Amino acid sequence: MNALKRILGIVWIVLGPVIILFLFMQAADKIAAAAEGIARTNTTLQWSIIIIIFIPICAGLMIFGYYGLKGEYDRLPESSEDL
Amino acid sequence: MRTLNDNATQSITKVIAASSLGTLIEWYDFYIFGSLAVIIGHQLFPSDAGASALINTLAIFAAGFIVRPFGALVFGRLGDLIGRKYTFLLTLVLMGGSTFLIGLIPSYSSIGYAAPILVLILRLVQGLALGGEYGGAATYVAEHAPPGKRGFFTSWIQTTATLGLFLSLGVIVGTKNILGAEVFADWGWRIPFLLSILLVGVSIYIRMKMHESPVFTKLKADGKISSNPLKESFQKKANFKMVLLALFGATMGQGVIWYTGQFYAQSFLENTCKLDFNESRYILLWAILFATPFFVIFGSWSDKVGRKWIMLSGMLLGIIFYRPIYQYFIDATNVGEFQKTELLSTSAPVVTREFLETKADSLITTTVVKTLKDGSTFKEVKVETIHTDQSLAPEEPKISFADVTLPSGTYWIIIGLVFFQVLLVTMVYGPIAAFLVELFPTQIRYTSMSLPYHIGNGVFGGLVPFIATLVASFQGSTPLSGLWYPIGIASLSFIIGAVYINNKGDRDVTD
Repeated sequence: MNALKRILGIVWIVLGPVIILFLFMQAADKIAAAAEGIARTNTTLQWSIIIIIFIPICAGLMIFGYYGLKGEYDRLPESSEDL
Repeated sequence: MRTLNDNATQSITKVIAASSLGTLIEWYDFYIFGSLAVIIGHQLFPSDAGASALINTLAIFAAGFIVRPFGALVFGRLGDLIGRKYTFLLTLVLMGGSTFLIGLIPSYSSIGYAAPILVLILRLVQGLALGGEYGGAATYVAEHAPPGKRGFFTSWIQTTATLGLFLSLGVIVGTKNILGAEVFADWGWRIPFLLSILLVGVSIYIRMKMHESPVFTKLKADGKISSNPLKESFQKKANFKMVLLALFGATMGQGVIWYTGQFYAQSFLENTCKLDFNESRYILLWAILFATPFFVIFGSWSDKVGRKWIMLSGMLLGIIFYRPIYQYFIDATNVGEFQKTELLSTSAPVVTREFLETKADSLITTTVVKTLKDGSTFKEVKVETIHTDQSLAPEEPKISFADVTLPSGTYWIIIGLVFFQVLLVTMVYGPIAAFLVELFPTQIRYTSMSLPYHIGNGVFGGLVPFIATLVASFQGSTPLSGLWYPIGIASLSFIIGAVYINNKGDRDVTD
């Protein structure tokens, strides 16, 4: 199981930037497709909010992956003394 | 100063009741906004805003969720520094005050764009307050609960979010039935907001009489309170890695399951399937009523078999069954299929004429309510464009359906399917307070457990109606496309939880 945790760590490290890239591509696509005027403004605002929120979360996923790769989750603490 | 013995005399029943009542009211305050999104959208935005009014209102609704993690940081820190009791009293006052004020905001027709801006600000205060409330209540109850019963006792706190939603739906439906649909849409929608101030007043009175948590009191007496809970939670790797694990392996998946089952289901039935306003809410009310006891059942069961697999099973079942369930919703509410049933009656047509901008052409809208032999009803709206220029070819009239009510059999099947989704909510949510409390030490518990909880629920979960509606509005998408968001997030969380989380947690919360 520990080997799997470490291998998956690489997946999470890669997944973080992939999700951000996917969001940027989706945002560019949908904003370009929106009609001029208020629809365009709304779409830009909505996607800006989504991207701003998910960038730090994706960064967190990468850190989680890094910890997984380094074996930080091989043995989880069983009491607060271990923390 | 109160001693540990004083606190011990305070019965656990009173602790649970006082904590749960306040938390329930906070959830009520928070959810009435979502339950009234369509009406509020009409009040806050220009009348010709159409679908963008709903999406913008859902965005304001979502903003309240997005700031919840910040509330968790601010009030979590306070709770770890000055105590659980006073912190969640403060959050209750903030929540009650902001909810009351939302009920007083004038509409767009009176103050223009100041209306949505003011509501947005108050919604942000609501989000901050809720971010501080839940972690405090869950920690407070858990620190009173004996080992081996923590899942059972905290599961009562877990019922409050669903019961708060139940209360909000009940008050909304009741107010609408008393006032009538037109008055409710005009100003009656404000009543559920204004009512909050009474509920909050009662809860503050009860909470004032509660003692501080015994575990926190002992920590304070021993001089072991953290001087900087934020730094300890997030700069100390040993703690921070557990915060990340709690977020990605549990609360993220739990959040999307919660909001799909209890929010998106109702929103989908109302907006996509065009069910009648009350009908879609009654369905959810029944489902919640039947499912709520399962929070306590699963919370209690998790004391015996562990928290992990109960929560992950709820996620897995959601991943597997969401699409078939929502496909059934679409099929069962298809008015085209309804019309194969014998028509019992058609109401007298209501015809309105509206001139287009040119003042020459006009729109004729004809509305009839049809009742079928199986008991179902629906409103048929036919819109025709009448051109003054006779040389123009007449356009095909556009026919749409609304306010669908279902035949009895289908109605109860849909209640059963929404019940199943809420059952999954009870699986993921019932044990999670105990799971989070046991993951972190007392000094930084309020801060550390609040952040992953509110990112998982506030951001991932709270964005379900908004992102799913947005995705479903893309060109080429189907009504089921929006489900890929909760399914994807739940799948990711399931894999991380299954691989990384231990089923056996730290059952000693006094350290």
